[in-house]
Amino acid sequence: MAPGRLIMKRPWVLAILAINFTALAEPDFQREIRPILAGHCFKCHGPDEKKRQGDLRLDIRPEENVLAHLVKRINTTESEDIMPPPSAKKPLSETQRKILKEWIQNGAKYSEHWAFIPPKASPLPEVSQRDWPRNDIDYFILSNLEANKQSPASEANRYRLIRRLSLDLIGLPPTTSEIRKFLEDSQPNAYERLVDRLLDRPEYGEHWALSWLDLARYADTNGYEKDRPRSIWPWRNWVINAINNDLPFNQFTIEQIAGDMLPKATQSQRVATGFHRNTMVNEEGGIDPLEFRFYAMVDRINTTATTWLGLTLGCAQCHSHKFDPVPHRSYYEMMAFMNNTTEPELLLFSPEQKNQKQAIEEQIKDKFSRLKIDESQYTNWLKAQKASAVSWHTIIPTKMKATIGWLELLKDQSIFVNGDTRKHDTYDLEFTNLPKNITSLRLEALPDKRLPKGGPGRAYYEGPKGDFFLSEITLSADGKPLKFISGSENYAKQWIGSNKPSAMAATDGDLQTGWSASGREGKHSQAIWQLSKPISAKSIKLQLDFSRHYSASLGRFRLSVTNQKAPIKAKELPSEIEDLLTKKYKELSSIDRRTLRLYYINTSKDTAKAREAIEKLQKKLPKPPTTLVMKERPAAHSRVTNRYHRGEFLSPREIVQPNILPFLPPLDEGMPRNRLGLASWLVDPKNPLTSRVIVNRFWASLFGKGIVGTTDDFGYTGDSPTHPKLLDWLAMEFIRQDWSQKKILRLIVTSATYRQNTGSSYRLSAEQIRDSALKVSNLLHQKIGGESVFPPQNKSIGEGIYGGGSWKTSSGADQYRRSLYTYRKRSMPYAMHDTFDAPSHETCVAKREISNTPIQALTLLNDSLFMEASRSLGNWAVNQSGEKSTVLTHLFQRCLTRPPNALEQKVMLDFYEKTYTRFRTGELDASKFTGSTKGEIEKQATWSALARVLLNTHEFITRN
Amino acid sequence: MNSLRETDTKSITRRHFFEDCGYGLGKIALAGLLTNTLQKAQAGTHFAPKAKRVIHLFQAGAPSQLELFDNKPNLKNLEGKPLPPSVIGDQRYAFIQRNAAVLGPQFPFARHGQCGAELSDKLPHLAKVVDDIAIIRSMYTDQFNHAPGQIFFNTGFAQPGRPCLGSWLSYGLGAETNNLPAFVVLSTGGGISGGSALWSAGFMPGKHTGVRFRNSGNPILNVSSPSGVDKILQKDTLDLIRKLNKQQLKIENNPEITTRIESYEMAFRLQASAPELMDLKSEKKETLKLYGADPDKPSYARACLLARRMIERGVRCVNIYHSGWDAHSNVAGNITSNANTTDQASAALILDLKQRGLLDDTLLIWGGEFGRTPMVESNPTLNRSKGRDHHPQAFSLWLAGGGIKGGITLGSTDELGFHIAERPVHIHDLQATILHLLGLDHERLIFNHGGRDYRLTDVHGELVKEIIA
Repeated sequence: MAPGRLIMKRPWVLAILAINFTALAEPDFQREIRPILAGHCFKCHGPDEKKRQGDLRLDIRPEENVLAHLVKRINTTESEDIMPPPSAKKPLSETQRKILKEWIQNGAKYSEHWAFIPPKASPLPEVSQRDWPRNDIDYFILSNLEANKQSPASEANRYRLIRRLSLDLIGLPPTTSEIRKFLEDSQPNAYERLVDRLLDRPEYGEHWALSWLDLARYADTNGYEKDRPRSIWPWRNWVINAINNDLPFNQFTIEQIAGDMLPKATQSQRVATGFHRNTMVNEEGGIDPLEFRFYAMVDRINTTATTWLGLTLGCAQCHSHKFDPVPHRSYYEMMAFMNNTTEPELLLFSPEQKNQKQAIEEQIKDKFSRLKIDESQYTNWLKAQKASAVSWHTIIPTKMKATIGWLELLKDQSIFVNGDTRKHDTYDLEFTNLPKNITSLRLEALPDKRLPKGGPGRAYYEGPKGDFFLSEITLSADGKPLKFISGSENYAKQWIGSNKPSAMAATDGDLQTGWSASGREGKHSQAIWQLSKPISAKSIKLQLDFSRHYSASLGRFRLSVTNQKAPIKAKELPSEIEDLLTKKYKELSSIDRRTLRLYYINTSKDTAKAREAIEKLQKKLPKPPTTLVMKERPAAHSRVTNRYHRGEFLSPREIVQPNILPFLPPLDEGMPRNRLGLASWLVDPKNPLTSRVIVNRFWASLFGKGIVGTTDDFGYTGDSPTHPKLLDWLAMEFIRQDWSQKKILRLIVTSATYRQNTGSSYRLSAEQIRDSALKVSNLLHQKIGGESVFPPQNKSIGEGIYGGGSWKTSSGADQYRRSLYTYRKRSMPYAMHDTFDAPSHETCVAKREISNTPIQALTLLNDSLFMEASRSLGNWAVNQSGEKSTVLTHLFQRCLTRPPNALEQKVMLDFYEKTYTRFRTGELDASKFTGSTKGEIEKQATWSALARVLLNTHEFITRN
Repeated sequence: MNSLRETDTKSITRRHFFEDCGYGLGKIALAGLLTNTLQKAQAGTHFAPKAKRVIHLFQAGAPSQLELFDNKPNLKNLEGKPLPPSVIGDQRYAFIQRNAAVLGPQFPFARHGQCGAELSDKLPHLAKVVDDIAIIRSMYTDQFNHAPGQIFFNTGFAQPGRPCLGSWLSYGLGAETNNLPAFVVLSTGGGISGGSALWSAGFMPGKHTGVRFRNSGNPILNVSSPSGVDKILQKDTLDLIRKLNKQQLKIENNPEITTRIESYEMAFRLQASAPELMDLKSEKKETLKLYGADPDKPSYARACLLARRMIERGVRCVNIYHSGWDAHSNVAGNITSNANTTDQASAALILDLKQRGLLDDTLLIWGGEFGRTPMVESNPTLNRSKGRDHHPQAFSLWLAGGGIKGGITLGSTDELGFHIAERPVHIHDLQATILHLLGLDHERLIFNHGGRDYRLTDVHGELVKEIIA
C-alpha cells in the first residue's frame, strides 16, 4: 500500500500532507530506506556473516553495479530471480520497490544510524510566532508546526492543567483544596509554583518509581512453579527515595548496577544493586540451577540493553542480530561484564534497630554478669564435661578442590565454600602431616553469616535456605579406601522424605541417603565416624559428596581427627568449648574461663530458671529485614563467560572477555572491565544512547508517546525521532543539568507544548486508577515505603495456582495503600492490576500496552474496592450542607477535577431523583447498598450510586 | 498476500505522518488514533480455515505415555535393569540417576476401532471414539521441568512473558461473539506449575489474555452486580455512564471513548450471558450422564461440558487445565485416578460436539507438557517408588475435530520408548499445525514488540501434514 494512496483516501488531511510529500522527493535513508532493507533484506544480506548469501551485504553501501543489479532483482517477475525470494515470505510492496529505486537513482546515500552517533547541539530554530514559546523545547516543536503550516493548540484551562500535572507528576488526581488553591492563585507564576509543589511531594517518588519497577521487573516472589516469596522491597524503597531525592541519573545507574563495588560502599548503595536481583529463580526440585542462572544472566543483559540503551539485544543471544550490528559473540562479551557476581541477602539493620539491638545486648550482658549461679553445680558440670572431653586435632588440607566453586581456609581452620553450586557437588580434600593412630574423624557443619539463613548449608532454592545434605563421605589412606564401622551425630533431620538421615547413612554408597541437619540453620552440628582400625598414614584423601535433588552442599565445615580409642559420640558441645575442656583449668586464660562459664550459663539445665529473663530479652532483639544484593567475586576466582552456541545453555563455546558493543564508543582506557566499568560506561556522556533513551522515556510518560515512538528500540528497525534536534537538545540538556530528573521534568511540563489543551490523552495505569479511586474517596492511606501489602481480592483468584495461591489479606489501613505497594506474586498477579494491563513483572517492560475491555468495565462497576470507594464518597456527600446541585458539583469535582456542565448536571440530577425515589419507597434496599442502617441511608445510597457512575466514566480513568 | 501486520512502510509512514504533525492536531482530533490504532488485533485468516475454534484440554504434570498410548511390552522383560548408557546419552534428569532401572508398562493395551489404534485399558471411553482422533506418539520438547515445559507448550518459549496460543488466536482471528470473551480458561485439579503465564497475553494488550472462569463465586470476577444493586439500578447506572461518556465524546472526539462505551455494553451483556452459560438446567440428563458431570459441582467433566456451551456461544478458544499427572511415585495409581477423572468427559466432548455438528470446525487437543521415563523413579528419601521421571524426548498426545484426520496414529518410539523412532514432532511443529488448521500461517502471524517481530513458533515449526484431513 502506497503511503500516498493511503492518505489520498483521506482527503481531510490532504492539505497537511502536501508538505510532507515534497520532502519525500529523495527518500531518506534513515527513515525510509533502512527500515525496508532491515525488514526485508538484512536477514540474508546483513551483519550476520553466517547467514549471508551471495557474499552481498546491504547494511553497508555496495558497489554501483551491485546497486543497479539490485533494482533489477527486486523488480523482476521471474520467481527464481525475484528478491526477496518467495521462500523468505517478506515480499516488497510496489511502493517499497519504488522508494528503493528512487533512492538508488539519487545515488544510494547511506548515513550512519542517528542513534549510534553522539547527539549534536543545534541552535534554537527560528519561529515566527515568537510569543508562544515558554522555553527552548517550544522552539523545536513550533518550528516543526510552522514548517507544516500548523499552529499550536491553545493553552488548556486550569482544571485540565492541574489534573494533568497531578496525574503526571504524583500519579494522583488533585484534591479540591489543591484545585481551589491553584485556581485562586493570580500570580503570574502560579503554574510553575504548582509544578514545584508537586515535584516536592513524596508521592512524586512513588509515582515515578512505578515505571522503573516495570523496567526492573520487580516482584515479591521468585517466579516459575513454586513462586515463593522473596524479600527485596527495601530495593523498592531505595528507588522511591532516590527519585524523591533527585539522585542524579548517572549515580542512580551506577549504584544499581555496581553500588557494591564503589569505594566504601554504603548500605544504601548495596541495597541499590537489587535492580538485577529481580530476575526469577526456578525452585522446581528437578531443575539444573546453573541453567536457570544462565537464563537470569540473559535477562540481565536484555534488561540492561532495553533500560539504558534502548536496544533489543535479545536476538543476539542465539545468532548475530539480523538488523542491528550486534554480533552473536558481542552479546556474551557484554554478559562477561556482569557475570562475576555472587548473590547474597543483606541484613538491613536500620539505625533505630541498631540502637535497639545495642541496648538490648547491653542489658543481656548486664544480666549475665549479675546472674548468680550455684558454683558447686558449675564445678560438677565442669568435672563431668572434662571427663568426657575428647582431644581432637583439626586437620588442614594441603590440597582442596570443589567440582564447582572454590574452598577457602579460614583463620579458625574451618573451610568456607565459595562460588556456584549444583545438584551434584563434591569436595575433594587431601591431608598430610597427620597424627598417628587415627581412630575417628569429625565433621563440623558450621554456621556463617555469609551463607543463606546463616548456613551451614548452601541451599538457596527448593529446600530450606541454609540446608545441607551430605550424601556420601569417602576416605582413603595412602591410596587405599578406608571403612567406617560406626558413626554418630548430635542432630539429624532431613527436609521431606521418610528416610532416617544419619552419619552412617552417608557411608552406605547410596547417594539418596545421608546426613542432614534441617531445621538447625544458623547453628552448628557435628558428625563423627569411627574407622575399622587406627591408621597412620602419610596422606589421606577425603571426598564429600552432595547429591540431593537440589543444591544442598555444605558452606562451612571443619575436619578433625583423634587417636582416642573408645567409640566417640558426637556432641552438642561446640568444638571450641570441648577444646578448652581438654586443657587444665589453671592453664586457661580469664577469657577462656569466662567463655566456659558463659557457655554453661547459656545451655545448662541448672541455669534454665535464671535464664528466663535473658531469653525474654533475646526475643526482643530486632529482626532486620533482608534484601537481595550483588557482590563481586574476587578477581582470582572470576567466573568464566562463554559464548553459547545458538544461545543454548548446553552448548558453551569459546571463552569471551568483557567488551562493549562494537558500534558504540569503547570503554575508556583505565576503566575496569567489570560491572563498575560497565555502569560508568552506560552513563558516560560519550555514550550516544543512554541520555536519549531516558529523556525520550520521560517524554513518552508525559505525552503518551515518545519523540522516538519505539521507546524500547533505538536500533535500525525502531522509529526515527519525529523531532531529532529536540531529542538531541534534551539529551544534552539532561547531562548539562547533572542528570537531574526533576529538572528535566520541570523543563518539559513548564513548556508551552505541554500546556496545550489538546494533544495527548490516554488511559491511566492500573495503579493510577486504583489509587485515584482511593484518593478521591478519602480511603488512601498515604504512607511511603515499607513491605508489600495484600489488599482484599476474591478468594477464587487462587484457583489453579500452584501451592493454592493463598493471599494473606492485610488488615486495617494497609488495605488502602498505594498500588505500588500491592504484593506482586508473579504466577498470580493482583486481579485488578492484571485487568488494567499491568505487567506480571517477569521481564523488562519499557512501555505498557493499553487495552480497553469489558472485564475492565466489570471491575470498575462491580469490584468491592470501587463499591467501597463509592460508598465512602456517598457518605461524604450526604454529610455536605447546601443545595443538591452544589453537593453534586463538589462530588463531580472530587472525581473529575472540573465542574460539570449544565447537561451533565441535568442527567445526573435525573438519575439522583429516580434512584432516590426507588430507595425511599423501598423498591431498593438502601441498607444493603450502603451496608449501614443509620442516618439518611436512602440519600447516602443515592449519592453512592452517583459516585459509582463517576468512577466509571471514561474521564475518571483518563489523563487528558 | 501481505503479512497480517501492517507492512513496514505503511505503518512507518502513517506513524511518521501522525507524529510529525501530532502536537497541535487537537482540532482534528487524532489524539486517540495515535495511541490506539497501531497494534490492534489483526483479525483475519491467511487462508480458509478448517477449524474455527479450539478446546485445549491441557493435562498438566505430564501424563505417562507408557501407561496410556505408547505400548512397550519389551520394557517388561527389561524391568529391573538399567538402560544402556548409549541410549541415555548425556540427558539430564530432574530426579533420577542415569542408571535407574527400567519399569515395565503398568497396564495392558489393546487395539480399538476400525483403525486399530493401541490404547491402554485405562482409556475405555476414548477407545470408543478412537476413529475420530489422531494420536501422535512422537512428540518431543526442549524442556524437562514443569513450569518451563508448560510455558513452552503454551507460548512457544520456556520463560514467562510471551503470548499464549489462545492470545495468538484472539489477536489473529478476533472474537466471534460480543457476549462472551474470545478466550476462556478453566482449571480443575491441583495447582498449575506454569501459573498465569500459561494464559497470559505476554506483551500483547491485556484484552488477549485468557479470561478465567472460576469454580467458586462469580464465574468471571465481578460479573454479578454488587449487593443492593438490582437490574434496574445497574441499567440506570450504565445509561448514565453512557450519557456522560457520550457527552465527553462530543467534546474530545476521541475514538477510545467509543470503545469504552462499547466495552460497557459488552460488560452489561456479560452479566447476563455468563450466568446463562453456567446454568446447566437446560442440559438433558443424558448429556450430563455422557460427561459424568454433576451440574452443581466443579469438575473436569463439568468444565468439558461448559467448554461445549462456550463453543456453541462463539468463544474462540477454551483452555481447560487439569493438573495432577506428575507421577514421580506410583505411576499406576496416578494414571488410574487421572484417567478416571478425564477419560469419560474428554471422549464425551467428542461425541457431544459430533452430534451437534460442531466437531467439524472445533479443534480438540489433549496432552501434557512432556512425557515420562521408561526408567523407574524410586527414592526412599523422597518417599517415592514405582514412579516415572520427566522425559522430554518422547511423549504422546491426541487431536480431534476440525481438520484432523481421525483414526490415525502418527510416529513411533524405539522399543524402549526412550527415543523417537519415526516422525518426530516438535512442540513448535504442533503449534504451527494448530494455527494452520485455524487458517493462520505461523510464519506470518507476527506481533512486533520492542523492535522485534515475534511468532508463536519463534523461527521454527513445520506443519504435521499427516494429521491434516
